[in-house]
Amino acid sequence: MKQPHRGDWLSQPATIRRLWIVFTAVLALTIALQLLFPADAHFVVDGWLGFGAIFGFGVCVLMVFAAKVLGWVIKRPDDYYDD
Amino acid sequence: MIDVVPPALVLVAGALLTGLTRGMVRSGVVLLAPLVALYFVWQVPDGVAVTMQFLGYTIEPVEGSPLRRLFATAFTFMAFAGALFSFRQAKWYELAAAHLYAAGAVGVSFAGDLITLFLYWELMAIFSTVVVWCGEGPRARAAGIRYAVIHLLGGVILKVGIEGMVVHTGSIEIQAIPLDNFDAWMMLIGVLINVAAYPISAWLADAYPASTPTGSVFLSAFTTKTAILALILLFPGTGVLIPIGLVMIFYGIIYALLENDIRRILAYSIVNQVGFMVCAVGIGTELAINGAAAHAFAHIIYKALLFMSAGVVIYRTGHNLASDLGGLYRTMPITTICGIIGALSISSFPLTSGFTTKTMISEAAQNEHLVLVYFLLAAASAGVFLHAGIKFPWLAFFQKDSGLRPKDAPWNMTAAMILMSAACIALGVFPQPLYALLPYPVEYEPYKAAKVVFYLQLLLFSGLAFFLLLPWMQRTRTVALDVDWLWRRVLPVAWNAGARLNTRVRRWLAVKVGRLSRDGSRRLANALAPWGFIGRSWQIGTTALWVALMLTTYVVIYYL
Repeated sequence: MKQPHRGDWLSQPATIRRLWIVFTAVLALTIALQLLFPADAHFVVDGWLGFGAIFGFGVCVLMVFAAKVLGWVIKRPDDYYDD
Repeated sequence: MIDVVPPALVLVAGALLTGLTRGMVRSGVVLLAPLVALYFVWQVPDGVAVTMQFLGYTIEPVEGSPLRRLFATAFTFMAFAGALFSFRQAKWYELAAAHLYAAGAVGVSFAGDLITLFLYWELMAIFSTVVVWCGEGPRARAAGIRYAVIHLLGGVILKVGIEGMVVHTGSIEIQAIPLDNFDAWMMLIGVLINVAAYPISAWLADAYPASTPTGSVFLSAFTTKTAILALILLFPGTGVLIPIGLVMIFYGIIYALLENDIRRILAYSIVNQVGFMVCAVGIGTELAINGAAAHAFAHIIYKALLFMSAGVVIYRTGHNLASDLGGLYRTMPITTICGIIGALSISSFPLTSGFTTKTMISEAAQNEHLVLVYFLLAAASAGVFLHAGIKFPWLAFFQKDSGLRPKDAPWNMTAAMILMSAACIALGVFPQPLYALLPYPVEYEPYKAAKVVFYLQLLLFSGLAFFLLLPWMQRTRTVALDVDWLWRRVLPVAWNAGARLNTRVRRWLAVKVGRLSRDGSRRLANALAPWGFIGRSWQIGTTALWVALMLTTYVVIYYL
């Protein structure tokens, strides 16, 4: 079923490593940009350097964690409702 | 007299003609009806345009205002894009039902009174159910019945509120209603059921993904957004909507994170996005209402785009579970790119329609110094990127190589996706034309450097969190129980238990009563017999004593 495809380059480990490098650089850039355009803080903390980054990362970890915990309670096999 | 054409009736006529025509003509009708309706949407002047007598009430079937035109524009445009997406693949009756469903949405948009609003509201309920039923197999049938029950129930609650309003105030006007009486609460609850407010929200993720790959595109657009319009018209600035909206937002994120079915992921993210709008209506300032309206407009487009790309995937592969998909970017580049544009828009990435509209809501919260609301909305924006922005395209088009090599979308589906993608980017880059259509004057600058930097940090680091936490988010072949568990599992179990108990009690009673009545009739027969207690001849003295006793009792009771 699986045949080589010209799109496969995107899933090569080398490509993925390169993508990670670019992604990391972009992440660093977004923090550096805040030095150029300082945030107009409304609630003190949102003026800190990298606040958006830490906040975004933090809440995502929290939400994935919350979903994981909730999943233990409410996940059922997907034929649960089939009689 | 009627001097404007009600745009909803154009769509109704289109739907009827769809049934009467064949082949090319039918395709033409399906595609043209929404465009003609769109033309007439823009012919509706401000103020009441049509009045009629109905059941002794003066109703106003068509009333124009910038807000109403904005929603009607989105609905008719959506009906066109949906028709373009599906006219070669969907059954004719699905298309006709979709147009009637859209007619309901457009009708609600221009409804000048509560009676008209209710009638179009029910039109939507009926024909959206038909669209759900066009889906395949017993799953669609059962989900459609559950969907219909919820919406008919919601309609009844809304009607109780409207009738109470008519009885108590004599007014059928659509105007802002203070939430201080039973009627207003009933109306609010009726509307909130269509908004998919928690806990009556499971119908959405239950029914929409059960429809056909084309049907869910229509379903994603109309019901919840007409309910948002109704909230803006009837309950602007009602504070209780803020917590309701926030619960919807996080409910949508968490359930979408747990989901494996790609359309159910998108369905939960409808609840999430509509939560932003509900929250904005609750904030109620001019900026917030503008934000809710603009976001609804943008949302209709990018959500339809997301359902289109998911629809193409299901249409081409026959798989709807993320655990069966993956690696489709190789052979479906256009669908992949359009899906990514939709995903970026829903995540309010800069240069997309989500950024120019949703950030208005955040800024409205900021201006009102609603600190907690502001930070929860920011957290939710990060969460949207997590559950829809990356998760959806990642699972459908990338992740592992599933070995599937489907063809890309048929030409009409491609055209519809490109149209919607272009609209997402156009509204993101040039939001001014949309801003000009908003109900209040706009002094809003979406692209301030500091804000763009903040959102880029927020979203890109959410992306980092996604890829680092991927091992934690392994797709499993599971469903996550929602509130509908109560009526899909607990209720039948309780019902069966009740039925069993009932049978047992009746059997026991039958035995007991049978014995009692057998005994009783024997004793009665004995008493009445010539030798029995009643039947025998009594002495005169005894009888006189009984009569005296009865008379005394009567006199005593009389004087008491």
